[in-house]
Amino acid sequence: MTKKIKNLNLNFGPQHPAAHGVLRLILELDGEVVEKADPHIGLLHRGTEKLIESKTYMQAVPYFDRLDYVAPMNQEHAFALATERVLELDVPIRAQYIRVIFCEIGRILSHILNVTTQAMDVGALTPTLWGFEEREKLMGFYERVSGSRLHANYFRAGGVHQDLPQGLEEDIAEFCETFPKIINDLENLLTENRIFKQRNVDIGVVTKEDALDYSFSGVMIRGSGVPWDLRKSQPYDCYEKLEFKIPVGKNGDCYDRYLCRIEEMKESVSIIKQCLAKMEKGPIKSLDGKISPPSKKEIKQSMEALIHHFKLFTEGYRVPKDEIYTAVEAPKGEFGVYLISDGSNKPYKCKIRAPGFSHLQSMDYLIKGHMLADVPAVLGSLDIVFGEVDR
Amino acid sequence: MNNLIDLEKKINSELTTKINKSEIKHNQIYLETDKDDLIDVILFLKTNSDTKFKQLIDITVIDYPENNPRFQIVYLFLSHEYNQRVILKYSIAENEIIPSITSIFPAANWMEREVFDMYGVSFKDHPDLRRILTDYGFEGHPLRKDFPLTGHTEVRYSEDQKKVINEPVKLEQNYRNFDYESPWEGTKYIKEELENNDKKN
Repeated sequence: MTKKIKNLNLNFGPQHPAAHGVLRLILELDGEVVEKADPHIGLLHRGTEKLIESKTYMQAVPYFDRLDYVAPMNQEHAFALATERVLELDVPIRAQYIRVIFCEIGRILSHILNVTTQAMDVGALTPTLWGFEEREKLMGFYERVSGSRLHANYFRAGGVHQDLPQGLEEDIAEFCETFPKIINDLENLLTENRIFKQRNVDIGVVTKEDALDYSFSGVMIRGSGVPWDLRKSQPYDCYEKLEFKIPVGKNGDCYDRYLCRIEEMKESVSIIKQCLAKMEKGPIKSLDGKISPPSKKEIKQSMEALIHHFKLFTEGYRVPKDEIYTAVEAPKGEFGVYLISDGSNKPYKCKIRAPGFSHLQSMDYLIKGHMLADVPAVLGSLDIVFGEVDR
Repeated sequence: MNNLIDLEKKINSELTTKINKSEIKHNQIYLETDKDDLIDVILFLKTNSDTKFKQLIDITVIDYPENNPRFQIVYLFLSHEYNQRVILKYSIAENEIIPSITSIFPAANWMEREVFDMYGVSFKDHPDLRRILTDYGFEGHPLRKDFPLTGHTEVRYSEDQKKVINEPVKLEQNYRNFDYESPWEGTKYIKEELENNDKKN
């Protein structure tokens, strides 16, 4: 007697704690082996690109915070760089250091979240509790500099919105002293942990060629042994003046990606330290009154400043007709902005290239032939945040 | 090739008839081609030992409703080996079907689905051309310039029908698009003075 066995279709998400947001993953299972994975995305689609087309350049910045909401300022950075390059603006050196400090803080924020939740997905709860305490401190820095913990709206074309408040530099420096110990604690919990290794080593292996073909970037491509980091290869702002190493993995599995993230956090701490040491007093935004708003004090004293202020917050500034693609190394990979300006005060088109979009696309390729229990592990190591995947 | 100018020359000499226009701007090469030559150009860029644009960064469309042909399809490529970027463009009319490049770059799959979803451009030989970002059963193509920002329908849960339903958008106040742009370009004599100063410097 023959019996026909049908494959089981399983709905993973959109409300599943290990789906890292609103992912609906339709899995075709043969027993416990995954035959096919079809991610359905778009449940968090807000039409960011459409909205940006109807806002002035300054009003468009907050939308970038809401993409990858784990590391908001890194996104703003890409947009600020794109507009600066079209406007041919010079950014004061202090502003560059401030931006790099906060980008690296964003990187640590993102990597803590990813490493610890990946650990939680495979069964370890403690790293999350320890790591989130540090994230809270970092978000405190965000709040002190921009007024909000998450949606900062801090970077501007030509610099940043405000100078660092008093005492913040010292507090960030102090954090840089204490944080490496926490990374060590996390490593003690995870790196040689038997269960963590069993769940991650040799899971979701990506070869070099496939990493290129599937448009991987960031840790996903470095974990597979391609030494590629935009901070080194196409440096922006003051990254040229800083010394840091690019950790590269060997096997391209989930475990190597975890190791890369841990090492990157250590490098970020060293970058922040160097910035704090090199930073000098000076202007924090472009001195061009047609682009940067004047200070409150100036408005009270100068007619020209008052006019500039009024024009900037009604009409905004005009950006000459041009097109440009600018990318930054966001924590998750290459985050790019393809900006088409038409000479008016609003972008004609602003295409956002999110690293998570390409990473999630490869889910079917990564998970085929793995067990059902490996799905959260692979998903965790992809570092998906739905704000940027769905846009 | 590491040098951008050499690279542009190389591409132009190898693909003479297939490249309509090339330009170097912002440290990137901007190429324009035709729909029929697309596959050849992309294959060349990917495989030639002097270009090696092995990664597809993104595919997108620019919509110019007043132009004919209306859409510009844009491909962004990256070469890790030579650390170069290239932007490849071509124009198509509305309702034109364009070749898919999923067989060359697997990553193009979702990117083309997004283009289809957002602009309604169809691809030939795409393995799985479905909507991707918009809701199940969504109508229209949101990123086209003639699609209103507020959309056509809104979604809510209906207590009567016990299900989620789509209704035409009803707003207490219509979306207002303030045009703050000043038509004033500055007085003529100041402009002339500035230009003269520039010339002197």
